[in-house]
Amino acid sequence: MAYVVERKPLSLSERLYIPQVLAGMKTTLKHFFAPNVTMEYPEQRPAIPPGYRGVPTLVKDPHGREKCVSCQLCEFVCPPKAIRITPGEIPADAANAHVEKGPKAFDIDMLRCIYCGLCQEVCPEEAIWLQNQYSMSGYTREEMVNNKERLYELGGTLPDQHFKWDKKKAAEQRGNAHH
Amino acid sequence: MSSVPAKPADLVTVNIDGKDIAVPKGTNVIEAAKLLGIEIPHYCYHPKLSVVGNCRMCLIEMGLPAVDPATKAPIMDPASGKQKVNWMPRAQIGCATNAMPGLHIRTNSPMVKECREGVTEFLLINHPLDCPICDQAGECKLQEHSTAYGRGYSRFVENKNVKPKRTQLGPRVTLDDERCILCSRCIRFSKEVAKDDVLGFIDRGSYSTLTCYPGKKLENNYSLNTVDICPVGALTSTDFRFKMRVWFLKETPSIDTESSVGANTVVWSREGVIYRITPRQNDAVNDTWMTDSGRLLYKQVRSEDRLLVAAINGGTSAYDMAMKAASDLLRASLSAGASGEVRIVGSGRSSVEEQFLTKKLAAALKAPVALVSRVGKGDGILLSADRNPNVRGALVTGLISALPSQQLTSLAADIDAGKVKTVVAINEDLAAADLTAAQLAKVSVIYLGTHKNATSAAAKVVLPTLTVFEKSGTFVNQQFRLQKFTKAVPGPEGLADDLVTLANLAASAGAGALPSDLTGLWSTLAAEAPVLAGLSYAKLPATGAVLDSAAWAGLPFVEGETLHFKPAAVPAAANA
Repeated sequence: MAYVVERKPLSLSERLYIPQVLAGMKTTLKHFFAPNVTMEYPEQRPAIPPGYRGVPTLVKDPHGREKCVSCQLCEFVCPPKAIRITPGEIPADAANAHVEKGPKAFDIDMLRCIYCGLCQEVCPEEAIWLQNQYSMSGYTREEMVNNKERLYELGGTLPDQHFKWDKKKAAEQRGNAHH
Repeated sequence: MSSVPAKPADLVTVNIDGKDIAVPKGTNVIEAAKLLGIEIPHYCYHPKLSVVGNCRMCLIEMGLPAVDPATKAPIMDPASGKQKVNWMPRAQIGCATNAMPGLHIRTNSPMVKECREGVTEFLLINHPLDCPICDQAGECKLQEHSTAYGRGYSRFVENKNVKPKRTQLGPRVTLDDERCILCSRCIRFSKEVAKDDVLGFIDRGSYSTLTCYPGKKLENNYSLNTVDICPVGALTSTDFRFKMRVWFLKETPSIDTESSVGANTVVWSREGVIYRITPRQNDAVNDTWMTDSGRLLYKQVRSEDRLLVAAINGGTSAYDMAMKAASDLLRASLSAGASGEVRIVGSGRSSVEEQFLTKKLAAALKAPVALVSRVGKGDGILLSADRNPNVRGALVTGLISALPSQQLTSLAADIDAGKVKTVVAINEDLAAADLTAAQLAKVSVIYLGTHKNATSAAAKVVLPTLTVFEKSGTFVNQQFRLQKFTKAVPGPEGLADDLVTLANLAASAGAGALPSDLTGLWSTLAAEAPVLAGLSYAKLPATGAVLDSAAWAGLPFVEGETLHFKPAAVPAAANA
């Protein structure tokens, strides 16, 4: 529904402009007398506030298992279509066969990524996280596409609250008393 | 069942959530509610299968108008002035309740809501919520109904049942036992539609398991329909498993080309790649089923032996050059004076429009046309004996007037007699139709086709064409039903549409400028083919249109009986 924003008329002090000009001068003058600080980037790096949305990365759980099950929800939700997943089946003889599915390929095109964080938001496995890394550079377009290995290298390991797949494996090994 | 046509006299009025609707007597309550736009959630009920009522999701409240037991006089409610309704004290299942006069149904009462929450909670006791992995995500009734009708949380604290995850029920179907909700749709389908009773439940309670009878496998040609009708992710297609999420896929209506049944299909593709084919409902042709073999046809699009570039004398060439070479060959045959030096081998696999242009080409060249008949064994369900999807199209367009035979005997004789210089073969392997390599070497072959074969290897000019998934058009199936298919994916780079190729060839043979688009072609077709008058590709309904087949009633078609088709005459053994 259309929402009409009412435009209020300017007050007297606003119409005079002088208080606003003075406030601006105050800010300028403050910088005149403040000590000069130059951060020697990239040797020095600014402190990143918690919750910062940097480069999207893939993470493993503390047991070293890759968490992504290639459900493709991040690919679906990604507004600039930066994510491309090729799903694949985990072979029945693999150690993590109980997970059944994992990404065969996982690419994030950082030339497209807008750091919106929807992929992290939507991930049912908490496998994709936007972390502190914010500076991506490369000489070619290909270099700017993070493949699966690079994404895991960037992401590393994060603490896990659930260990969902460990629980599943334990249940499987415990089996069913009647069978 | 609702598919039985009812006379207006059989209509009964039922009241669903306070709204009256007149439906044929005996209509399933779920179907009647659907007509009012009311959804009664269900898992085990399927309109094309028998009713068993074992999922209990479709519970409703039901009541009948009250009558005095002694006098049979209606008992009136003094408050509303209407007849009183005797509501049954407990919920009933909707799928086994049929419409009867005065039936009252409540689908949104507190009792019904509580029933649905309870059923959902029970179903989710042992069903793993592995939606990120399950291939049914996006098409899962359990997911949808749990959100819409579920409690939203589980009170189950005991250990969940652990059942086998990757049971192969057959060569094409994988069962995940944990996800099975024992609705028995697959069992009933195998028994009732596929007529191959291989599935059943064993064990009781929470150990109940779907399995095949000992020594049997779910390997009939209809096994993948069980995957389509599985309301949860228990049965999955081994081919499509873990390949792509359905919500990425584009749905294109198409027609199964493996036989003259012309089953209606949906082609699912993403970015020009086809991932799967599923049936599309057409109650007059294939209900909601199709063959497994028809689902594999998409693999021909990217197969190794696909013809991707034009060729002249075995060397690859640009499409335009090959077109020119083909035109030169045809013109040379024409200018030689003697008519009948060109023979055309058309195809029962070409669309109606292509066959029409082939006819125009043949007329311009004064060339006789032959078709090759392809006969297999019909299975009586959705695979007919005639393995060409469009022989009747060739009859309708006038490309041929008699049924084709399996060998090109007269063509072979004419080649041996030296009467033929050029043969135009349209998507038909002449070597497979009993022409020898020596015979092929004696003539100049212009081959239009999708895949490499002995004919394309021997051809002077090869013009690659598109598969059914890469073009639009129509087929005429065994019921003389004109059905359309639509382009699902773009064709390989550099290839022209078949209609353009044929129109160009016909133009170079002196047929004048012919339309090479469906709209233009249909205005000509409707004018020239009497039975197609008034039809057009754009206006053809999704379920097709039945043509007047009186002109061909006496022909000995090879088809036997299939799901919705009874042959008019006893089929010829094989018209070889």
